[in-house]
Amino acid sequence: MKKLLAAATLALSVSTSGLAFAEPLKIGMITTLSGGGAGLGIDTRDGFMLAIKNSGNKDVTVVTEDDAQKPELAVQIADKMIQSDQVDILTGIVWSNLLMAVAPSAVAQGKFYVSTNAAPAALAGANCNKLYFNAAYQNDNLHEAMGEYANKSYKKMFILAPNYPAGKDSLTGFKRYYKGELASEVYTQVGQTDYAAEIAQMRASGADGIFVFLPGGMGIAFMKQFAQSGVKIPVMGPGFSFSQDVLPAIGDAALGAKASGQWAPDFDNEASKKFLADFQKEYGRLPSIYAVQAYDAAQLILSAAAKATVKDADAFGAELRKADIKSPRGKFKFNTNQHPIQDIYLTEVVKQNGVLTNKTVEKIFTDHKDAYAKDCKI
Amino acid sequence: MTLALALEQLLNGLQLGVMLFLMAAGLTLIFGVMGLINLAHGSLYMVGAFACATVAAWTGSFWIGLVASLACAAAAGALVELLIIRRLYDRDHLDQVLATFALILMFSEGMRWLFGSFPLYLDIPPLLQGAVPLPGGTEYPVYRLAIIAAGAAVAFGLYMLISRTRLGMRIRAGESDREMIGALGVDIRTLYTVVFALGAALAGLAGALVGALQSVQVGMGEPVLILAFVVIVIGGIGSIKGALLGALLVGVTDTMGRFLLPKILALFVPPAQAGMIGGAAASMLIYIVMALILAVKPRGLFPAAHA
Repeated sequence: MKKLLAAATLALSVSTSGLAFAEPLKIGMITTLSGGGAGLGIDTRDGFMLAIKNSGNKDVTVVTEDDAQKPELAVQIADKMIQSDQVDILTGIVWSNLLMAVAPSAVAQGKFYVSTNAAPAALAGANCNKLYFNAAYQNDNLHEAMGEYANKSYKKMFILAPNYPAGKDSLTGFKRYYKGELASEVYTQVGQTDYAAEIAQMRASGADGIFVFLPGGMGIAFMKQFAQSGVKIPVMGPGFSFSQDVLPAIGDAALGAKASGQWAPDFDNEASKKFLADFQKEYGRLPSIYAVQAYDAAQLILSAAAKATVKDADAFGAELRKADIKSPRGKFKFNTNQHPIQDIYLTEVVKQNGVLTNKTVEKIFTDHKDAYAKDCKI
Repeated sequence: MTLALALEQLLNGLQLGVMLFLMAAGLTLIFGVMGLINLAHGSLYMVGAFACATVAAWTGSFWIGLVASLACAAAAGALVELLIIRRLYDRDHLDQVLATFALILMFSEGMRWLFGSFPLYLDIPPLLQGAVPLPGGTEYPVYRLAIIAAGAAVAFGLYMLISRTRLGMRIRAGESDREMIGALGVDIRTLYTVVFALGAALAGLAGALVGALQSVQVGMGEPVLILAFVVIVIGGIGSIKGALLGALLVGVTDTMGRFLLPKILALFVPPAQAGMIGGAAASMLIYIVMALILAVKPRGLFPAAHA
């Protein structure tokens, strides 16, 4: 009888393990919900909250605040969340310059940071931290993939990115794999909206391919202006340049553009199909790459919290490192520096039933790792 | 560097300048006549862009959208003047800055509430699609040429309005002596509303024209607003002529700086660094130019008479 009771208790505890943790968990989400970059932050928040909602877990609270894409504001919010809200984990920052202002000090205060997007090189190598995880990629990865792709059929590339940490990581990543000649390497202002001067240089450069990393509104402006310029050189970029948050605003000018991504809406696996259906049902639009990354970040946190308490940083960290989740990306595991090892694909912008979206073309990298992991001693 | 490229960049500078002029003209007109610093001018630019994008999506015509952008921005301007700005004329500039800054926040959140955070789609009308050949074998987008033409037309129209019409006469009188024209029986309150609506309409027009080229989203006005302030400070606050020259100077300096500085630096340092340092230096260039001009002419190139 005792045995039976024990078995019943065990069975019960297993079946409810997804519903309750030993201790409540408080997550602080700092993301961009106003200003030009708001689309990215809203997809981050919505993707994250979708995973929390799907889990049905009542012990998780998420405090969300808007950083307005301003580093100083992000720092204030982080301080407030750590000191007065007493959160256990911080997450959600979209931009690398904001992350650099927040994450190092948060982990120094013993809080976990699980990044949903920003992944500067500075935190992936020698300065990695056992409390800092990245659920998205390392900033260079998608650009490295485009460098590899460009080797196939382009001899002379014109490359362009905004002048901030992720922009520099971008072009560094591209050049790490690209073997051909560079026509020019141009850095623009963050938030720049007029690219006439750069497009004129592209026209005159004699390049046979153009690589641009311009997330959010910058990419919209560039693609529309490029389409009008009469320059016929093919444009490519990392997934962010043609992600679902900007495609409707760019319009048909984006058709045919090649990009790299670790996920696209046409991925043929159960987790991806479920994610896509749930997201569309909940929010009535297609998710972007940012939503997937945040969805996985939330899944990672939930998976670790189900097995360990966040108060025990070593145990919680060990559970996070196992990455025991069903990612829409298909495969997902962590490298030694707690950045993902994952496949990266080439995608193309197409129109399906009147909606612009990305279609998978081919796989560029299998089990791709970043270049900085070897310097990380955890 | 070829002549064709230099010509193209010069046109780009001119086009950026013209766009800044549309913003700066309204800003400087409002300051000149009412002595008001209007930070919410960028919000009216945003209103114009959103109005154009929405109406163009409804009707399928960019041109109807353009008319709507003028109407909506002017209406929003008039409304804001009647409800809020009117109470600020006698206050000092700090109060005006605070109140109009609050307006920026209200407009931004209001737009987000109405339209959401994702950028809207607004495309260039079919008539102005594509590019035309230029001498020297290069091509230039028709739409950017159209913006230059529109800016020139607005500059000419404003000149005619101010120098040849009764309304213009009152505006000039208002600039030189506010109390006196009130005493002479001109309805100064209506005049202020009209001038404010006119400035707002210009900002709305700029927003709609630029929205088709860039992205229509919440917060699009603020970066342009900063440049517009640089323009009117260089040109002399309150002077339309100064705004025109200041705008062209800023447009050409910014474009040429972005184009030439990295190239010049590349002669001395490796290209990757030249791109990075050159890009950063280019973004400072217009402020350096502003500082130099203010050092020589502290009140700008064409200081307004009453200031």
